Amino acid sequence: MHHWQRSKRKSAGEGPWAWLAAGSVATSLALLALLLGLLAVRGLGHFWPADVALVTLDDGRQLAGRAVKEAPLPGREARERLYRDGNRDVDGDIWEWVALERIQDIAHPEDLVVLERRRWGEFIGRLVAIETASGERFSGDAAWPALKERLAVVEDGRRQIAQLREETIQPLVRRVEAGQASAEDRAALASAQSQVNARQAALPDDTLVLESVGGRSLRQPLTDVVRALQPNAMGPVDKLATWGQGVWRFLSEGPRAANTAGGVWPAIFGTVLMVVLMSIFVMPFGVLAAVYLNEVAHQGRLIRWVRIGVRNLAGVPSIVYGVFGLGVFVYGIGGHLDDWFFASRLPSPTFGTGGLLWASLTLALLTLPVVIVATEEGLARIPESQREGALALGATRTEMLWRVVLPMAMPAMLTGVILAVARAAGEVAPLMLVGVAKMAPQVPLDGEFPFLHLDRKFMHLGYHIFDAAFRSGDVQAAMPLIYATALLLVVVILVLNLTAIFLRHYLRGRHGTLPH
Amino acid sequence: MTVMQHTPSTSGALIDFSAHASSLEVRDFALRYGDKPALSNLTLRVPRHRVTAFIGPSGCGKSTLLRALNRLHDLNESVSREGSIHLEGQDIHAPEMMVAELRRRVGMVFQVPNPFPMSIYDNVAFGLRLQGRMPKRRVDDVVEWALRSAALWDEVKDRLRASAWSLSGGQQQRLVIARTLAVGPEVLLLDEPASALDPISSLKVEELIRNLKSTLTLVLVTHNMQQAARVSDYTAFLQDGELVEYGPTDTLFTNPRLARTENYITGRMA
Ligand SMILES: Nc1ncnc2c1ncn2[C@@H]1O[C@H](COP(=O)(O)OP(=O)(O)OP(=O)(O)O)[C@@H](O)[C@H]1O
Ligand SMILES: [Mg+2]
Repeated sequence: MHHWQRSKRKSAGEGPWAWLAAGSVATSLALLALLLGLLAVRGLGHFWPADVALVTLDDGRQLAGRAVKEAPLPGREARERLYRDGNRDVDGDIWEWVALERIQDIAHPEDLVVLERRRWGEFIGRLVAIETASGERFSGDAAWPALKERLAVVEDGRRQIAQLREETIQPLVRRVEAGQASAEDRAALASAQSQVNARQAALPDDTLVLESVGGRSLRQPLTDVVRALQPNAMGPVDKLATWGQGVWRFLSEGPRAANTAGGVWPAIFGTVLMVVLMSIFVMPFGVLAAVYLNEVAHQGRLIRWVRIGVRNLAGVPSIVYGVFGLGVFVYGIGGHLDDWFFASRLPSPTFGTGGLLWASLTLALLTLPVVIVATEEGLARIPESQREGALALGATRTEMLWRVVLPMAMPAMLTGVILAVARAAGEVAPLMLVGVAKMAPQVPLDGEFPFLHLDRKFMHLGYHIFDAAFRSGDVQAAMPLIYATALLLVVVILVLNLTAIFLRHYLRGRHGTLPH
Repeated sequence: MTVMQHTPSTSGALIDFSAHASSLEVRDFALRYGDKPALSNLTLRVPRHRVTAFIGPSGCGKSTLLRALNRLHDLNESVSREGSIHLEGQDIHAPEMMVAELRRRVGMVFQVPNPFPMSIYDNVAFGLRLQGRMPKRRVDDVVEWALRSAALWDEVKDRLRASAWSLSGGQQQRLVIARTLAVGPEVLLLDEPASALDPISSLKVEELIRNLKSTLTLVLVTHNMQQAARVSDYTAFLQDGELVEYGPTDTLFTNPRLARTENYITGRMA
């Protein structure tokens, strides 16, 4: 490259205007960085197994937990600190405010355990003993290794049960629900069900004897424990591994505890699949509409009005599209489809209720104007000489369109899709009317015919955030996961956009840019 | 034998076409853009296998006339016309004349090179592929023949798959000529084909034009009097949409009949 030849560009607007402009850019960038930084720190920090503090108060009372924030005490020159100390089943909540002046000592003893549980959230305290169903009892130093070992057995058994459920039982259940099950299917279902029951019964039925640092004791069935850690005894490498595992679980597992814990895999999958389907629907429609407006139609007053109409459609609030989708797609078209093709399943609706298909179509409609406008701009940028060149070689108008104009407009169409994806991936409001679900652990794509289940409800990251924030009992507890999910939503949109941008870049790169 | 039957009062000496029959024949042709007349009362014959140059001041209607010859005006709804144009005796506006077929027979090269954003090879094969599928070997042969005819083969034979936009302006213009030749036209219309090129590229294009006239009828629009004098056999001088004088190039340049012609030529030559 000839770097040394590059001529210095004279800064165009020296003086206050340049500074003002640069300042605006810097402000926008700073805000963006702040937003992403907040999401990243709060979201990703959640998975870090931070040390647990054992706090001794001036009256001798103890509590164990992790500091969340500090605030000034009302009316006094003093501050208080909020600890997240878990143990909802013991204390009634998971928070504890402590005035700083009352703290006498903070320690980090290695024997504190943190248990992640299916119910009641975290337990923070001490492990006294573990009692097996057969009457064995491990206590003292033997308790923690025994717990790790038994927990591994439980996890293994649980994985097998999940696999059996997913691969054998669920397909059979759907056949039964659809009224297509044969007698063999029913028998197979019954046997699989009893297998699951047997496996479930075979899980180690151990009980943990726990004690909170406040001195309350508690008996906890092992099968409810998801993960057990002794954070204060872990080195940085261990912690990093645990953090990675936590992030991976968040990405790969389904949600738990009314969406306030667990992972978001179905929501990631639902979001991406819906956006991809939306793009597939919107591309041909948008491009054809743009071609008609720009290349085919007589450029009269009517077309001018249509164009203004299309541009204004882009400004219609998204919830309005949701209402339209519900009325036209779900109740209208979906209802009729059910009457004609799925009458045997009525009154339970197949397409007559929200689902993946209707949601992607609604969003396709929502983003149609964006694609039309972008494509039209691309078409208008193609020099007349290119069209005349094709015609002069004996091409018909259709051939000219297909072979010269549309390939040249491809980058513009992809720009349209990029804008559409950016808008659609973050939309939540219309989805609530046309098919998003609070819980749909079944992703709409699986090994079962017809593989892509357009009628199924699906989960969505945006709706997941909304649901965790407003519908769960404890927003404070769900907050870290909300941050993590928000970060993930941004990352998913970014990845989708980058894919389209690289595709566009590749298409442009093949033959250079338009000569000017 | 004098072929020219119709002699407009303004036109120059009767042209002796005795050696060659005419390829294109324009009769009483007039054309308007909306209400604005661009050509009026135009009659001329373009002799076969010769180079005919159209000269005249900017805006006099040279391009308009050229584009009328292969019906490129069809796209423009505001254009209306009168009179007729005949290609080898066939009315080009007749209903049985397919416009795509006409444009294959009457090829056109524009002022600014307009290769498609495809490879060099695909550019030349573009017109062929419009005519339906054909064996790859045959396409290869035609592409090579066309590029050789346009004197471009030696420069691009090693990079046929490279983007056409990577060529220089002069090479692009010869590529566009090759692309047009590949569909086998009878007439080649060139609208200021060398005006956007450097002098050397421009000379190459001129040489190419001279070589092509053994098999093709060429019509050349140019503002460059030297160029018209160098390459053309006949020259038509247009002004304000009318044909002022038309005749063999050397006669027109050395001994024009009308003062208007002489003024224009001497003004441009200076
Ligand atoms: N598409 C069009 N719509 C309306 N008027 C046009 C159009 N194209 C050309 N004209 C007008 O028709 C007249 C002839 O134009 P034309 O392009 O044929 O001139 P020209 O002789 O080729 O000029 P130049 O030497 O500058 O290329 C001009 O007055 C021009 O303004
Ligand atoms: Mg012109």
